Amino acid sequence: MSLYQETIASLRRKLTAKEISPTELVQSLLQRIESVDPKVNGYLRVDSEKALAQAKNCDLSKPLGGIPIAIKDNINEKGEECTCASQILVGYQAPYDATVIRKLKEAGAILLGRTNMDEFAMGSSTEHSSFKKTSNPWKLDHIPGGSSGGSAAVVAADEAIASLGSDTGGSIRQPAALCGCVGLKPTYGRVSRYGLVAFASSLDQIGPFTKTVEDSALMLQAIAGQDHYENTSRPVAVPDYTASLQQPVKGLRIGIPKEYFGEGIDHDVADALQKSIAWYQSQGAIIKEISLPHTHAAIAVYYIIATAEASANLARFDGVRYGHRTSTVGDPLTIYRKSRAEGFGPEVKRRIILGTYVLSSGYADAYYNRAQKVRQLLRRDFVTAFQECDVLLTPTSPTPAFKAGEKMNDPLKMYLADICTIAVNLAEVCGISIPCGFSSNQLPIGLQLIGPHFQEGTLFRAAHAYEQAHEWVKRHPQF
Amino acid sequence: MNSNSIDVAYVAGLARLELTQAETETFQKQISSILDYVEALQRIDVSSVADNPIDPNLPTNVLRPDELRPSLTAQDVVRNAPKSANNLVIMPKIVE
Amino acid sequence: MPYEAVIGLEVHVQVKTNTKMFCGCKNEYGGEVNTHVCPVCLGLPGALPTPNEQAIVKTIAAGLMLGCDIAPICKFDRKHYFYPDMPKNYQITQFDLPLCLNGGVLLEKFSFPKDVQKEEQALAGKKVRLTRIHLEEDVAKSFHFEDQSGIDFNRAGTPLMEIVSEADMATPEEAFAYLTTLRQIMVYGDISDADMEKGQMRCDVNVSVRPVGQKEFGTKCELKNLNSISGVRRALQYEIPRQIEVVSKGGIIRQETRRWDDAAGQTFLMRIKENANDYRYFPEPDLLPVRTDCGLKAEAETMIPELPSQKKARFMQTYGLSDYQAEVLAQERPLADYYDEALKTSIQGVLIANYIINDFLATNPDLTNLPIPASHFGELAELVGSAKINSKQAKEVLLEMFSSHQSPLSIVQEKGLEQVTDLAELEIFCDEALAANERSVADYKSGKMGAINALKGYVMKKTKGQANPGVIDEILKRKLI
Repeated sequence: MSLYQETIASLRRKLTAKEISPTELVQSLLQRIESVDPKVNGYLRVDSEKALAQAKNCDLSKPLGGIPIAIKDNINEKGEECTCASQILVGYQAPYDATVIRKLKEAGAILLGRTNMDEFAMGSSTEHSSFKKTSNPWKLDHIPGGSSGGSAAVVAADEAIASLGSDTGGSIRQPAALCGCVGLKPTYGRVSRYGLVAFASSLDQIGPFTKTVEDSALMLQAIAGQDHYENTSRPVAVPDYTASLQQPVKGLRIGIPKEYFGEGIDHDVADALQKSIAWYQSQGAIIKEISLPHTHAAIAVYYIIATAEASANLARFDGVRYGHRTSTVGDPLTIYRKSRAEGFGPEVKRRIILGTYVLSSGYADAYYNRAQKVRQLLRRDFVTAFQECDVLLTPTSPTPAFKAGEKMNDPLKMYLADICTIAVNLAEVCGISIPCGFSSNQLPIGLQLIGPHFQEGTLFRAAHAYEQAHEWVKRHPQF
Repeated sequence: MNSNSIDVAYVAGLARLELTQAETETFQKQISSILDYVEALQRIDVSSVADNPIDPNLPTNVLRPDELRPSLTAQDVVRNAPKSANNLVIMPKIVE
Repeated sequence: MPYEAVIGLEVHVQVKTNTKMFCGCKNEYGGEVNTHVCPVCLGLPGALPTPNEQAIVKTIAAGLMLGCDIAPICKFDRKHYFYPDMPKNYQITQFDLPLCLNGGVLLEKFSFPKDVQKEEQALAGKKVRLTRIHLEEDVAKSFHFEDQSGIDFNRAGTPLMEIVSEADMATPEEAFAYLTTLRQIMVYGDISDADMEKGQMRCDVNVSVRPVGQKEFGTKCELKNLNSISGVRRALQYEIPRQIEVVSKGGIIRQETRRWDDAAGQTFLMRIKENANDYRYFPEPDLLPVRTDCGLKAEAETMIPELPSQKKARFMQTYGLSDYQAEVLAQERPLADYYDEALKTSIQGVLIANYIINDFLATNPDLTNLPIPASHFGELAELVGSAKINSKQAKEVLLEMFSSHQSPLSIVQEKGLEQVTDLAELEIFCDEALAANERSVADYKSGKMGAINALKGYVMKKTKGQANPGVIDEILKRKLI
C-alpha cells in the first residue's frame, strides 16, 4: 500500500514511530495529486513548497502531527486565497485563520491545498463552481456530489489523507456517499463557524471527510469545542470520541424512518440499505420503524430559510472592501449592481433573489415566518424519534452519482435530491455518511446515521462497527 | 399566494443585482416554479407552534467581556480593497 | 389661524466601552484610520459577531435612569440596506424586542436655553415620553473628497443606543432642553461622553405642524446634519415657520428629508421619502437571545448614580442651598462629587457653595482634574464659620489658594491672618482706643452713633485688620455705656 492510501490512524503510528517522515508523506501525496488530479480536478490550488515547508516544521507530538489535510475553499486560511469557487472573490486573500484552521495547525496538521466546491456552497454537484468541474473518482463523467465535491473527491482518490468540508443541507454527507468515503456533519454548534464563509447561518457546520470512521473521530476531536469568536457555538464539553469506537452495537436502538424509504429511492440504494439494516439486526441492534411525519416539508422549509439567510450573508460582496469590483465607471449603486452581476454565478443569483423575496415586505410572514414554524415541527419529529431510538438510519442520497450536466437545467430537480440530508440540518442534529455498497454500475452508495444533539459518539459507535465488518473501505477507484 | 406575483426585476433591485433581460425571464420561470413547490407549506398545520419571536430552544446570555482582542493592521484592512489610498478604502464619491 | 409644531427626536448615543459592540476592537475616537478594525467590523467573509456585555449593561442602566421598562428577554435582528459605510450591508440592531420600552425625560428649567428660562415653557415641568431604547452597531465613517470618498472602519461596530421619543415636544427650546437633559444623564451615568462634535451623540428631528386644536398630525419632515444642541434649536426655529408658511398659504408638506445648513441658516431638500425602505428585518441567527433578569439588570442597577435632579433636591434640603446654587453644583457630576467631598470637612454648605460658585468656577478649573482638594474649601469655611477669619480675609485666602494650591490653614498661618479672637487682648485694644480718642467717645455718648467707627478703626488698625468687627463692636459698646 502506498503512503497516500493510508489513514490518519495508521500514518500517525508510523510517523510517531519514525518509520516514515512527514516529508515523505507529503511527497507521496504531491505525486499522487500530480498523477490523478488532472482527471479528478478536486483541487483548486496546491502549494507544494508550502506543504513541504510545513512538513519540515510540524510537531509530531500533536494529535494530527504530520497529517496532510485538504481544505474546502470557503474556509479562511491566513495568507491563502479564499474564493468559495466564485469570481467575486478571486484574489481575496484571507488576513485571518478560521478557528478550525487554527485548531488544525495547533494539532500539527499540514494544510495541503484548497478544494473545489459549488459556488458559495450552493449546489449538490460541484457543477456550480465558477472555475471548473470536479469529477467523481469512480466515474469521471459523473459528478462527485456537492457542495463539498472537491473535498470528497480528493479523499476518495487518495489525494489527501483527510479534508474539511461544510454542510448546510447535506454538502458533506451527500458527496461522501457519492464518492465512497466517510463524511460527518457535526451537531449545529459543535464546531466553530468562525472563518467559514457563511451560506445559511442557522444551518452551516464544518465537518471532516475521511477514509474511515476512526479517522473521522480523530478529526472531530481536533476541531470540536465552544469558540469565543462564535456566539452560537455551544458550551458542551468535547468527549473522547475514540472511546466510543469500540462499543458494540448490541442493544443499540436504530430507528428507520419510513419517509426516507419511499418511491424516489433508487433500487440499488434501497437494496444496499436493506442489507445494512439486516446486518445491524444480526448484531443485536434493535430495529424500529418510526415516522418523521413532516419530512415532506423539509425541502421547502430549507429553501426558504437557507436562501433568506444567504441573501443577507452575501450582501457583503459588493466590490467595496474586497473581491471583484466592476471596471464600469459609476456611482456606488452602479458599483454594487455591476460587481455583483459580474461576480456571482446563476445559481447564486437565483438563491439571492429567492431569499430576498421571502424576506420582503408583504411576503415575509407567508414565507420566512411560516417556514420557521414548520422548522420547529421538523425538529420536534427528531426529538420525539430520539426518545425511543439512539440513532436513525437512512440512505444518504436517493440515487448514486448522476452524470455531469444531467440536472443543470432544472434547479428544482437538483434541490429534490437533498431529501435525505436536509432535515438533519434543520433539526440541528448530527449525521454521518459511510460507504455501504456499490450500484450496479459501480458507483458508491452511502448509508446515513443520524444522532441526537451532541451524540456524535453514538454515530461513531454504530458506524465503526459496520465499517469494520465490511470491506467497502478496501475498494479504491481505478485511474 | 400567487407565485407569479414575484417581480424578479424588482427583487433583484433590492438585492443590488443587475440582471439581463434573458436572466430576468429565466429566473422568473425557475423561481416561480420553486415558489409553487414551497406553496405546500401553507397547508401545514402550525397551530401547535407558539407565536414566539424568540426560538425557545436557544441558549441565552453567551456574552463577551469588554476586553481588547487583536485588530488587523491598516495595511491588512486595505490589502484586499480594489481601490485604496492613505489606508482608506476608496469608492466613487458618495452623495448623501 | 394659529399653528403648533409637533416634534419627535431620534437620538443616537455611542456607548462608552473599551471594545466595540460585536468585536474586541478598541472603541475609541480619533485613532489612525483603519487601525481599530478586525474581520468582524470590516465585514470580511466568515466573520461572526460576539456581543459586548458591558454595552448591554450600560444600555440597561441608561434605560433605568430614564425610567424605562427593561425587557426581561431581548434579541438582535438584521436590518438590510446597502451603503458604502455598511460593512455587511446589513446592520445588527433590535427590531421588535428592544432592551428598553417607555420611560421619559423631565424638562427642568435649567436645561432650557438661558434666554427662555423665565418663560412658561421652562417652568412647565413637561415630561417628554420615550418610545424605546435599543442597541445596535454604528456604521463606518466616510471622508468625502472631490470625486471620491474614503472609508475609515474605525467607527464601524461602535455600540450605539438609539433613543426614540414620542412626538411630545412643541418648541425648538423644548428640543434643546430634551437634548441637554439627555446628554447630562448619559455623562452622569458614565454611559457616554455624548460629545456631539465627536459624533458620540447624534440627533435626527421629525417635525410637522398642524392647526392648534387639531388631533391629527401634519406630514412630517426629517431634519438631518444637526451637529450641536443649539444647532437643533436653530434648525427648528427655521423649519417650523417654513412649514407654517407653506400650509397657511394652502400648500402641502411632502414627507421629505431635509438637510440643515448651519452657515446658511436654512434647511434644504435632500430627498423625498416616497416609499419606506424595505429593511427585511429578521432575527439575527448569529446571536443568541439575551435575558436581562438573571444578572444584567441587577448589575446595571448598581451602576446608577444619584441623578442630577436628586442631587439638587438633596443639596437644597440638606445644605440649604438656593435653587440656582443647587442647580449649578448638581449639573456636572465631578463638581457635585467635589461639593459632597468638601462637605465632609465642614457643615457650612452655603459658604462652600459660594466659594466654589462665585470664586472657584471663575478660574475655569478643569473639572476632570481639579487642582485643589475639596477639603480645602471645607477648611476655609470652618475658619470663617468659627470667626477665626472674616469674610474679607477669606477672599484673600481664596486667591492665594488658587495660585499656590496651599491649604487655607497654612496660608492663614503664614500671613498671620488669624483673627485676633483673644478677648483679653481685644479688651486691651478697646481700652486703648477709648483712651486715645476722647473726642469720639464724647461724640458717641452725646448721641452720634457713627462715632464708634473711629474707635473701631483704631482697634482694626492695631489688630492689622484681623479682628472680628462684630466682636469689637460689642466690646466697645459695652465699654461706652
